[in-house]
Amino acid sequence: MTDRVEGREKVTGQAKYAFEYPAEDVAYAAAVQASVGKGEVAAVDTEAALRLPGVLAVLFWENAPKLGEVSDGELALFQSPKVSYRGQFVAAVVGETLETAREAARLLHIEYTEETPDVRLRADHPGLYKPAKVNPVFPADTEQGEPEDAFRDSAVRVDVTYTTPAEHNNPMEPHTTLAQWNDDGTLTLYDSNQGASTVQATVAKLFGLDPAQVRVVSPHVGGGFGSKGTPRPNVVLAAMAARAVGRPVKFAVPRQQMFATTGYRTPTIQRLRLGADEDGRLNAIVHEVFEQTSTVREFAEQTATPTRVMYQAPHRRTSHRLVRLDVPSPSWMRAPGETPGMYALESAMDELAIAAGIDPIELRVRNDTDREPESGLPFSSRNLVACLREGADRFGWAGRDPAPGVRREGRKLIGTGVAASTYPAYMPPNKATARAEPDGTFTVRIAAADIGTGARTALTLIAAEALKADLDQVRVEIGDSSFPKASVAGGSGGTAGWGTAVVRACEALRGMLNGSVPPEGLEASADTAEEIRAREKYARHAFGAQFAEVEVDADTGEVRVRRMLGVFAAGRIINPKTARSQFIGGMTMGIGMALMEESVMDAEFGGYLNRDLAQYHVPACADVRDIDATWVEESDPHLNPMGSKGIGEIGLVGAAAAVGNAVHHATGVRVRDLPITPARLLDDF
Amino acid sequence: MRPFAYERATSVQDALERHSDGAVYLGGGTNLVDLMRLGVEEPARLVDVAHLPHDQIELRPDGSLVIGAAVSNSALAADRTVREGHPMLAQAVLAGASGQVRNLATVAGNLLQRTRCPYFQDASKPCNKRDPGSGCPAREGEHHNLAIMGHSPECVATHPSDMAVALAALGASIRIQGRAGERTIPIDELHRLPENEPERDTTLEPGDLITAVEVPPLGMPSRYRKVRERASFAFALVSVAAALDVDDGVVRDVRLALGGVAHKPWRAWHTEDALRGAEMTGESFQRAAEVELGVAEPLRDNAYKVPLVRNLIVRTLTELAERGAS
Repeated sequence: MTDRVEGREKVTGQAKYAFEYPAEDVAYAAAVQASVGKGEVAAVDTEAALRLPGVLAVLFWENAPKLGEVSDGELALFQSPKVSYRGQFVAAVVGETLETAREAARLLHIEYTEETPDVRLRADHPGLYKPAKVNPVFPADTEQGEPEDAFRDSAVRVDVTYTTPAEHNNPMEPHTTLAQWNDDGTLTLYDSNQGASTVQATVAKLFGLDPAQVRVVSPHVGGGFGSKGTPRPNVVLAAMAARAVGRPVKFAVPRQQMFATTGYRTPTIQRLRLGADEDGRLNAIVHEVFEQTSTVREFAEQTATPTRVMYQAPHRRTSHRLVRLDVPSPSWMRAPGETPGMYALESAMDELAIAAGIDPIELRVRNDTDREPESGLPFSSRNLVACLREGADRFGWAGRDPAPGVRREGRKLIGTGVAASTYPAYMPPNKATARAEPDGTFTVRIAAADIGTGARTALTLIAAEALKADLDQVRVEIGDSSFPKASVAGGSGGTAGWGTAVVRACEALRGMLNGSVPPEGLEASADTAEEIRAREKYARHAFGAQFAEVEVDADTGEVRVRRMLGVFAAGRIINPKTARSQFIGGMTMGIGMALMEESVMDAEFGGYLNRDLAQYHVPACADVRDIDATWVEESDPHLNPMGSKGIGEIGLVGAAAAVGNAVHHATGVRVRDLPITPARLLDDF
Repeated sequence: MRPFAYERATSVQDALERHSDGAVYLGGGTNLVDLMRLGVEEPARLVDVAHLPHDQIELRPDGSLVIGAAVSNSALAADRTVREGHPMLAQAVLAGASGQVRNLATVAGNLLQRTRCPYFQDASKPCNKRDPGSGCPAREGEHHNLAIMGHSPECVATHPSDMAVALAALGASIRIQGRAGERTIPIDELHRLPENEPERDTTLEPGDLITAVEVPPLGMPSRYRKVRERASFAFALVSVAAALDVDDGVVRDVRLALGGVAHKPWRAWHTEDALRGAEMTGESFQRAAEVELGVAEPLRDNAYKVPLVRNLIVRTLTELAERGAS
C-alpha cells in the first residue's frame, strides 16, 4: 500500500502541468473551428483580426508552412482548404494574451463553400467496407466452422442488436502544449501526452527535424484515457505558431473544442447471435460490428476481438464493417474494442442465460476454456471462473431469484447483474537506464508517462525490488523524451512494458556494482525488444467479474447503482493502493457508459452537439455509492519479471453490461441502446 | 471573448443610471460569463449588482418572506426560516447546480438564467432566441430535453431553473425597480412563452432591475422532486414543486408547478383546479395530472416527458398526502 511518490507535489500544486511552465516572452494561440459540416475554406479575411492590438499572426492553409507526411491526417494542420468535418481546425491566431488571441479568432472572417455532410452511422450504409485490419493489427473478420448453420440448429438462440453511442474521453487536463524553438534550431515541447517518445518521433517528421532535435517534457499529465496516446493537433499548432512568431507559444484546447479535435469512441451497432444447447454450452457465436471513421484517418475499433477470446464454441464468426463519414476522427478511448464489444457480448450472454434458464454465472463457467478459442493457444493463466466464484461469494449472489421485475422497495425496483471482463496483457518493447549515484542512491530513467495512474510509483517499487534497495533510495524519472525510448501509456501495457526494461536495467547495474561507486556514478541500460521477440507463444489476458445492484424508480425510470463489485485476475498487483483506484475508476466509467455518457451527432449541421461537461454527463460523486474492487491471487510465470498483467482498462470492461443486466433484472426491460436513460426506460415501462 | 466594460453599481439608482444600451446586469455570473465565453452573450458593459444591499432574507410576521435579489443560492437553501416555512424552495435550490455554483449564483440571476438548449449555446448555429429569424434547428434536431408545452414554431426551449419552479408554485412576486419606478408582478408574469418573440425570455423592460422576491406564507406540506439523468449536477428532465393541504381525505388546497416542460416555470393551474375539493386518491391525482397534460404537444424525441410528468405529479402528491394524513 504505497502512496503516490509525487502525491505531495500534486496536492500542494508544485507538480507542473504543460500550461504552467513559465517561458519568457510567451505568446498564446487560439484555434478556429470550421463552422460547416463539409466543404472548403473559400476565403479568410484576416484584416479585422490583425488590426486588433496584440495580435501577432494568423495561420491558415494559405500561409501555413508545409508539413512532412505522417499517417494521421488529423495532424496535417492547415495543409489544405478542405473541411472534412464540422469543428475541424481551419485557422489559428497568435496573440500577446490568451484573451487577445481568442478575440482575434472571433474576428477572423472565414467564407466556405459548403456541402451536405454525411454523418449518420447505420448498418445499411452503402459506404460500409471491410477494413484491412482493426486496431492495432487484428484481422477484421474471423470465421471457424459453420456458424450460420450451427446457430440455426441450436436449441437455445439469442439474436439481438445493441448500439453504443459516441463517447468522449474528457480528461480533466486539456490537450496542451508550450512550444519553444531554440537558437540552435531545436524544438522544446512541454506537452500533455501519454508518450513523450511518440510525440517526439511524430513532431520530428512533421517539421523535418531529426528526433534528437525535438525534446518533449511531460512529467505530469492530468488524464488521457487514450485521447493523448497519439499526438494531437495542439502540439502541431503550438510548434507552428511558435515558429511563425519567433516566440514560445502556449496552446490548450478549450473543452468546447475537444469534442471535435481530440478523439472519441466510435458509435457501434453490434448484432450478436449466440446458439447453445439446452445445457447452455455454446455451439455458435456470431458477432457483427458496424462502426464509423472519418475521411481524414482510418480508425477501426477492434470491437469484436474480445469475443475471439472469451468463450468456447466450435462455430464462430466475427466481423467489422466501417464507414467513412464526415465526422471527427474516432480514436482510442478507455479500452477501445473491449469496452463496447464486451458490453454487447456480456449483455447477450445474460439474455442467453435467461433463454436457457441457467444462472448467468453458471452459463459463463460452462463455457470457460483453457485455450484461446480462435488462436488455439493455451492461456498463460485464466482465472475468470475464480473471479466469478469469488465475486459471487462477496456480493451475495447465492439464492438470487432470476425472475425479472419482481423485487420492490416502495416505488423502487431492485435488481442485480453480473458480467465478465477481459483485457489483453500487452508488453511493448522499451528501453531504460539505471544509475548508481555516488551518494548511494539510484536513478532510473525511462520516457514513460504517468497520466494519473500511479505509474511512477509502480516503477519505483519495481526498481527498488530489482535493486534490492529501499524505496527512498530510488528515484524514477519519466515523462521526458531525452530519456530512453518508451512505449505509450496505453493498452494497459505500461507497467509490463516499462517495468520489464526497468528491471533489466537494474539487474545489469547490480552486475556492475562491486563495492564503491565512482564519483561519476555507474550506469547500465536495457532494451527489451529481443526478450519480447523470444517469448513463448501464449494467449495472455487478464480476466474479471463485475457485479452490480441497481434501483430503478418505477415512476421516473431513474437508475442508480446501489453497489458495485469488481473481482479481477490480473497477475501480480504491484501497488494495491493505486491498483484499487484504477479498478474502481474503470468501474465508475462503466456506470457512466451504462447510464449517461452519450455524444449526440448533429444530423443537420454535422459535428457533436455536446461541448461541455454539463452536456456530456460523466458520473458525479452522488452516482457512485458503494463501489469496491478486489483481486484473486494469480501467479503466472509466462508474463514478465514482475508477473503482472495490465490493470488500467479492465475495470471498465464488462461494467456497463453488469449494470444493464441489473436494470433488466430489476425491471424486466432490456434496453439495448446505451445509455439507459429515463427516456429509454419509460418508453418500455 | 469580446472586450467589455465592467462597472460596480453603488446603489439601485446608480445601477439604473449605468444601465444603457448594450449593458447587462451581472449577478454571480455563473451563466452570463459562460455565455460570454461562448460568444452567445456579447454585452458592451457589465453593471455588477451583486454587491447591492439586497442580501437579506426577511421573515415577516405573517410567515411571508422577502428574499433579496443578491442572496446567494447557498444562503437561500441554508436559511432556517426558508427550510422550515417553505421547504420545497430550499429543496429546489439544493437540487440545482453544484455547491460551488450555488455559492456564487444569486436569486435574481437564477430567475434570469438562459436556456441550455444546445443550439442556443452554439453561436455558429441558427437559433431564433439568440439570432431572431435565423430558425430553430432544435425542433427537428436534438430536443430530448426541450419543451412539451407552450412552445411555438419559433422556439422549443425550456427554462432551466429549479428555484423558479418552486417560486412559481408558491405564487411568489417579483419586485422590480424600473426607470419608471418600482413595481411588483406575479412570477407567472415574469417569464413568458416564446410565441413569435423567443428572444424575450421575460417581460422585463430595458434597465429593469429585480431587487427582491416576495413569497407568501405556505402553511402546508410541500416538496420539490427533480428527475435527472444523473444523481447530481444535471438539469431537470422534468421537475415538480408541490404543496398539498388535505382534510379528511379531501384536498383543501394545492400548489403545483412543473419544470423542464416549457419556456417558463409551468404553474399547473388546471391540475390545481381539478384537485381542490377532490378526493385524496391516486385516481384523482392521475385525472388531475391528465387535465394539465391535455395541452402537451411533445416533439419527436421528448414524448417520454408526458408519462414522466404524470407519474411525477401522482407520486409527489401521493407522498404529500401520506405525510399530511400521518
